[in-house]
Amino acid sequence: MTDTADTPPPLYAAREPVFPRRVSGWFRTFKWWIMGITLGIYYLLPWIRWDRGPELPDQAVLVDLANRRFYFFFIEIWPQEFYFVAGLLIMAGLGLFLFTAALGRVWCGYTCPQTVWTDLFILVERWVEGDRNARIRLFRQPWNAEKIRKRVLKFTLWILIAVATGGAWVFYFADAPTLLKELLTGQAPAVAYMSIAVLTATTFTFGGMMREQVCIYMCPWPRIQGAMMDEQTLTVGYRDWRGEPRGKHRRRREMAEKTDAAFATTRAAGPVEGTRSPKMPMPGLPSGVGGPIPEKETLGDCIDCNACVNVCPMGIDIRDGQQLACITCALCIDACDDVMAKIGKPRGLIDYLTLGDGEAERMGAPKVSVWKRILRPRIILYTVLWSAIGVGLVAALVMRTDLAFSIEPVRNPINVVLSDGSVRNAYELRLRNMTGYDRTFDISVIADDPLAIELQGRAGAEVVVPANETLRQRIYLTSAPGSTASKTSSLDVDLQVEDENSGARAVESTIFHGKQQ
Amino acid sequence: MAGNRELDTATNTETTGHEWDGIKELDTPMPRWWLLTFYATIIWGVIYVILFPAWPLIHAATPGLLGYSSRVEAAKEIADAEAANAPLDQALMATDISGDEANPELLAYATAGGGAVFRNNCSQCHGAGAAGARGFPNLLDDDWLWGGTAADIEQTVTHGIRYEQDDDTRFSQMPAFGDILSSEEINQLVNYVRSLSGLDHDSALTQEGSVLFADNCASCHGEDGKGSYDFGAPNLTDSIWLYGSDPDTLRETITNARFGIMPAFQGRLSADDIRKVAIYVHTLGGGQ
Repeated sequence: MTDTADTPPPLYAAREPVFPRRVSGWFRTFKWWIMGITLGIYYLLPWIRWDRGPELPDQAVLVDLANRRFYFFFIEIWPQEFYFVAGLLIMAGLGLFLFTAALGRVWCGYTCPQTVWTDLFILVERWVEGDRNARIRLFRQPWNAEKIRKRVLKFTLWILIAVATGGAWVFYFADAPTLLKELLTGQAPAVAYMSIAVLTATTFTFGGMMREQVCIYMCPWPRIQGAMMDEQTLTVGYRDWRGEPRGKHRRRREMAEKTDAAFATTRAAGPVEGTRSPKMPMPGLPSGVGGPIPEKETLGDCIDCNACVNVCPMGIDIRDGQQLACITCALCIDACDDVMAKIGKPRGLIDYLTLGDGEAERMGAPKVSVWKRILRPRIILYTVLWSAIGVGLVAALVMRTDLAFSIEPVRNPINVVLSDGSVRNAYELRLRNMTGYDRTFDISVIADDPLAIELQGRAGAEVVVPANETLRQRIYLTSAPGSTASKTSSLDVDLQVEDENSGARAVESTIFHGKQQ
Repeated sequence: MAGNRELDTATNTETTGHEWDGIKELDTPMPRWWLLTFYATIIWGVIYVILFPAWPLIHAATPGLLGYSSRVEAAKEIADAEAANAPLDQALMATDISGDEANPELLAYATAGGGAVFRNNCSQCHGAGAAGARGFPNLLDDDWLWGGTAADIEQTVTHGIRYEQDDDTRFSQMPAFGDILSSEEINQLVNYVRSLSGLDHDSALTQEGSVLFADNCASCHGEDGKGSYDFGAPNLTDSIWLYGSDPDTLRETITNARFGIMPAFQGRLSADDIRKVAIYVHTLGGGQ
């Protein structure tokens, strides 16, 4: 490379815009459904009401940070039950292992918020500015009234979506109808406006401007998942042994020569020819399906129509093989199947296939059933682990009680001798009422030797714990002068809390220190 | 390390010519937005250095145009908190201090604040758990020298005990009986005092001891030895001994007397802080 010594390569490169063409097919339909469901959940979930009684919020899903409560339909999580969240996070992690091992970057291609919102933003862009050709024309044409009008309309719609996205986020943290009213009248807390502003900015920038740059340069997931895919993982690939050597058939070539008519389909995703995104190999994976392509006299099935490249939201050419920038959204499968149907060839030149199957098919082996790739030990092991944690969490949820307390002996000092010679121990009681109504509890002590119980600042051994609150109460246990308990250095005692109305009981054991230290 | 640039066939990108144990570095141009972000951070840094304290000089850092100071901010936060508590403090001072739970919110406020005051000002002698030590009363038990109502405690904290700089301090002085009584007589007194609370004693000596007690001690400790809050005279019939109940310690106490001092906190603590700590101590289990 002698000439490059004279002209050093550029240190940075501007983003090449990508103009994905509209495509229809099975995977596109499936993605529309997923987009509708995920966006529907995100925007509408805070508005679902759930009656929990007068004392508690009636929002079905609510993260109440101020009072440290998480409400999810019939479940109410207290801070000490954070293990539920930890369990859900472990399930999410194992779920990613499971789906990546089975289906590669299926998360990236279908459900990642970056993909879903980018899809939505492209939908708006296409609606305002037209499909691929029109957008490229608009991009190239100088600024005039039409361009300004379309750009302003597009950006306005994007900002509205972005504001709605940031707005929906804050509704998860406060009563949605109240907060909406406050937001509109300017009375909402500053943090709500700031959260909306930040999320509006990120949604607009990431969904409208950055798009594939987020996946290629910012996201760690493409780097990680190379280690989690294997030879048996289904991923989007190109059957190069069937397609190569690619070449335009006569009729296509004629069409291509009438450049204007065929402009749309003969150009790559960007306004200039070739793929736009840098070609980076997947870490740990071979870049192609691999192996030499058998010698062929005739052209392969690929007519080099560039349909797969034109529809790609990432601006890559899947025919280059496995690469980091591919999010496996499968739109190129739809595009290619469409072309194969038109030229009378079997579908699946670009298809979900495994790297291992590619090797075998190249040698003439038949296609392997998808189920055989999914029902294998690694996938089953992940599924079992994932389900076991899920079952464990459900069991913990079913078995938890709405009456729980903790009792901690006060250690400084461990006991106090009173003037009549009796010995007193102090304890800190934390009694949680995890219901939506006030409850009255009787506190009693169970021990081998009689101990008098006294509640700091209260007459009797009865306490009322308000709905959805934790009561902190200091408790004194006192042994009579000269009693066995007074002479025992460590006596096991049980503290019992009983609901006066329901009779529900909870018992915790602790220790009484009698002997003078 | 530097070598020839070459074209990587997998990516169609040139290498930088750098090689480490066979690993070659691709010369991929970085995205322009990344570069712009980098410039933006530089601009941010320059603006920050101009507006906020930044360069350390000998005595202080450059102040910055905004005049920001974390100390000033902390002082403002403390002032804000005090202003927010002012109505509670006023309510506390307007309430009769009984130590009872007339107003649970006020009680919770007083005990929380009083706990902080106690840990800063009292725990050095009385212990973090208020269990005291030899010569420093245990505040958890039900035995009090000068009275155990919240008002009594507030008075003690305000003016101290035997603290001569305060005119209203609680003051009493037990005479050093080593100058007045003989060693034999002191021994008789020790045995009598131990008999009052049922400790082991020589009953042959208690008869003389009781006469000596009536003549010398009863004026403060009472005929029955139960003491008096008016003089800070300890109850000699119970199980609690500030300095110890063994014969040697009692002999030492009677011979040389004790003169425990607690400083007055009036002037060091605000009146509402004193009230808070009095209420806190009152709720520790021994309040009357």
